[in-house]
Amino acid sequence: MTGSGPILTAEGLGHDFGRRMAFTAVDLALWPGEVLGIVGESGAGKTTLLRGLSAQLTPCRGRVLYGDRQGRQIDLYAQSEAERRLLLRTDWGIVHQNAADGLRMNVSAGGNVGERLMAVGERHYGQIRARAADWLARVDLDVGRLDELPSSFSGGMQQRLQIARTLVTAPRLVFMDEPTGGLDVSVQARLLDLLRRLVGQYGLAAVVVTHDLHVVRLLAHRLMVMKGGLVVESGLTDQVLDDPQHPYTQLLVSSVL
Amino acid sequence: MYVALKGGEQAIDNAHAWLAEERRGDPSVPALSATQIAGQLGLAVDRVMAEGALHDRELAALAIRQARGDLIEAIFLVRAYRTTLPRFGTAQPVDTAAMALQRRVSATFKDIPGGQILGPTFDYTHRLLDFAAAADPSPAPRAAEPLPAAMPRVLDLMGAEGLIETPPAAAGDAVADLTREPLDFPAGRDLRLQALARGDEGFLLALGYSTQRGYGSTHPFAGEIRIGTVAVEFVPPELGFAVALGDIDLTECEMVNQFKGSAMAPPQFTRGYGLVFGHGERKAMAMALVDRALRAAELGETVKGPAQDVEFVLSHCDNVQATGFVEHLKLPHYVDFQSELELVRRLRRAAAATLAAEREAAE
Amino acid sequence: MTGADYNFAYLDEQTKRMIRRAILKAVAIPGYQVPFAAREMPLPYGWGTGGIQVTAAVIGPDDVLKVIDQGADDTTNAVSIRRFFRRMAGVATTEHTAEATIIQTRHRIPETPLAAGQILVYQVPIPEPLRWLEPRDTETRRMHALRDYGAMQVNLYEDIARHGAIAKSYDYPVLVNGHYIMSPSPIPKFDNPKMDRSPALQLFGAGRERRIYAVPPHTPVRSLDFDDYPFTVQRWDECCALCGATDSFLDEMIMDDRGSRLFICSDSDYCRGRQGAGEAAE
Repeated sequence: MTGSGPILTAEGLGHDFGRRMAFTAVDLALWPGEVLGIVGESGAGKTTLLRGLSAQLTPCRGRVLYGDRQGRQIDLYAQSEAERRLLLRTDWGIVHQNAADGLRMNVSAGGNVGERLMAVGERHYGQIRARAADWLARVDLDVGRLDELPSSFSGGMQQRLQIARTLVTAPRLVFMDEPTGGLDVSVQARLLDLLRRLVGQYGLAAVVVTHDLHVVRLLAHRLMVMKGGLVVESGLTDQVLDDPQHPYTQLLVSSVL
Repeated sequence: MYVALKGGEQAIDNAHAWLAEERRGDPSVPALSATQIAGQLGLAVDRVMAEGALHDRELAALAIRQARGDLIEAIFLVRAYRTTLPRFGTAQPVDTAAMALQRRVSATFKDIPGGQILGPTFDYTHRLLDFAAAADPSPAPRAAEPLPAAMPRVLDLMGAEGLIETPPAAAGDAVADLTREPLDFPAGRDLRLQALARGDEGFLLALGYSTQRGYGSTHPFAGEIRIGTVAVEFVPPELGFAVALGDIDLTECEMVNQFKGSAMAPPQFTRGYGLVFGHGERKAMAMALVDRALRAAELGETVKGPAQDVEFVLSHCDNVQATGFVEHLKLPHYVDFQSELELVRRLRRAAAATLAAEREAAE
Repeated sequence: MTGADYNFAYLDEQTKRMIRRAILKAVAIPGYQVPFAAREMPLPYGWGTGGIQVTAAVIGPDDVLKVIDQGADDTTNAVSIRRFFRRMAGVATTEHTAEATIIQTRHRIPETPLAAGQILVYQVPIPEPLRWLEPRDTETRRMHALRDYGAMQVNLYEDIARHGAIAKSYDYPVLVNGHYIMSPSPIPKFDNPKMDRSPALQLFGAGRERRIYAVPPHTPVRSLDFDDYPFTVQRWDECCALCGATDSFLDEMIMDDRGSRLFICSDSDYCRGRQGAGEAAE
């Protein structure tokens, strides 16, 4: 059922804000079931790149291809906005750093998870609710809080709710922007553990942007290191972290250790 | 029975007759003429002309009398008349630099070519109720002061130095008209200015004030306020040259606002513009503040105050719309309310049943 | 105010043509809100300026007009609008649903089924069904264009989660022709089924909000719901105290200061017709 090609391809991707270059000359290929980490300091262009890859920002240069379930390679920005939005509701998911950006804070936990199901045409209240409850359990949230508002949840719980909302429609590709940012260290560890489990369990392909090397060490198969809008090094995660070639990567790795 | 009280012709006729009686007041007191209103309640007339968007003193005065002095009601009357008038074209842009001035002040420069002219202003009066004037309102004659025929606008003087943005040359361009085309967003500046010029003085005043209190600061200076008379000209297509249609009274305010510059533009002063029919300085100033605040997005500033929100301001500045919809709440809503009654009762029954079941289970 | 000083039906012919163009577009795209340059009317915004403009644009000298508010012909606003058209257009007016060619309404659909050739003109205060989910027009327009209606369904989900039922009793959103979500104007949901595949032309005018939309004859109109929580309408335990109807929308009257209640048909013409028929049968 999955095609033979990559699930996501970027070719010569670049974007500028006015005269300032955000990122440029990015080439990448992500394969089904693979997790790609993008690391670098803030301002390196990694969040903008993620937005460019995930249909949230039309890049100035290059193109992005999505390999769909039928094995077709779809040029993302040659699609209509309606088609891109449909993709974002079905095959793709986005986990935002700030859970409030990915949740409706005035809608119950069940409604938040159920919305993606309703957006693709689910019309049976009981079934929607059952699936929402099931997903709350899968992300280790108390099912008894199905009707509570996310605003009554802690930061870590909100993030897990956002993950449940994203995964309920069984996406094939997930984009995550600093998924553990702003959380306590112990909460971060639990969340990372959960993410690793879910990614493995459902065979998700993912692009994870972070400045935290622990996150990619745990989650990512491959790594891209960005500096000043350029990819300065890429390779297998262990290889890049244990034997960094570029001076900037060496600095990044040594500053953590 | 009660049902007969649902409404009806007779009730409306009686209400109208009573209204006419109230409007006239004590019949032993002479009736006000529209001429008296036009002559002696000039600023009320000006406001009705401005927000009624129709420059006609006699009609505005008539409307004020018919509305028993309720200015929004008078504006409503004028608008409902105005909307039926045929349009035969668009006038030439008026030249406010050639205005026959009654008043002209600038807060940015102490001395300006042509000088500052206070004119007939409340500024600097002591706000003491004048009991003597109640007995005899005839004023002492004023000293006549000769005024120069035309004075350059203060901001044009600044423009020569490049310190202030040049306004886009609008001559010849078609301008938007929200009374002919539906108000649509995003709204261009021409449409915004038209909406503000017709907008409610009190609403714009509060919005302008809010920008001065941190809700979307614009760092304003009153570059110039001028009040006076300008000629309106029109080019009939069959003639091909401009003919004068008449004179109108205008109040113009140009605000000068600080601007720190952006990726696209160097630091310079920017403009906020206010223009209203008649003598309406408060409105013109508020309009200029709000106009500048509404340019926040265009100038790359963070939109954080209501006065900077184009949809919010334009959707709510029209007092005829606002008063109609607020006051429509007094129309009957019993069908909707009946539906709510039924719903609340049903929900209460369901809640009571649940509670009873729980109690039973607990026992 | 006399009609002689104004054009037939108040509006000038150019304005009528503009409104008719908007209506034609609305009919061509059922449920889609067509922007139009609403004129200022001599009646206040919120009192039916949209409906009046639509009626003024479609009415002709041979039309027979019925105006109702809350289902009744004798409510003050209905009287006022009927008078306006009598004065400005000189047309015949009626209180009988079956005799009318144009029915302008606020908040109700008549109980008597409408027929082909009739036009029902609704007065609409807030035409945007997504307004309470999203205040910005630019965003709601995009939501309609992309049929991004998940948020609307979530709203209904939340009602059931919180109240055990969809807690919307009027202005109940509908899906028109399987495409656009539409506000039926604040009619009680009791009336929603009457919109579905009606042989009459249904036109909606919102003056202050400058929108016209339409449901052409025989168009499917479905009230939003869930498979396991289907749409239902209100029912009363009582029947009409005047005509004995059990199938009509009933208004509740408080009869005295002890709070005695009486239930009476909201549709005054329907009620009178039934009373007349009852007497004739005796």
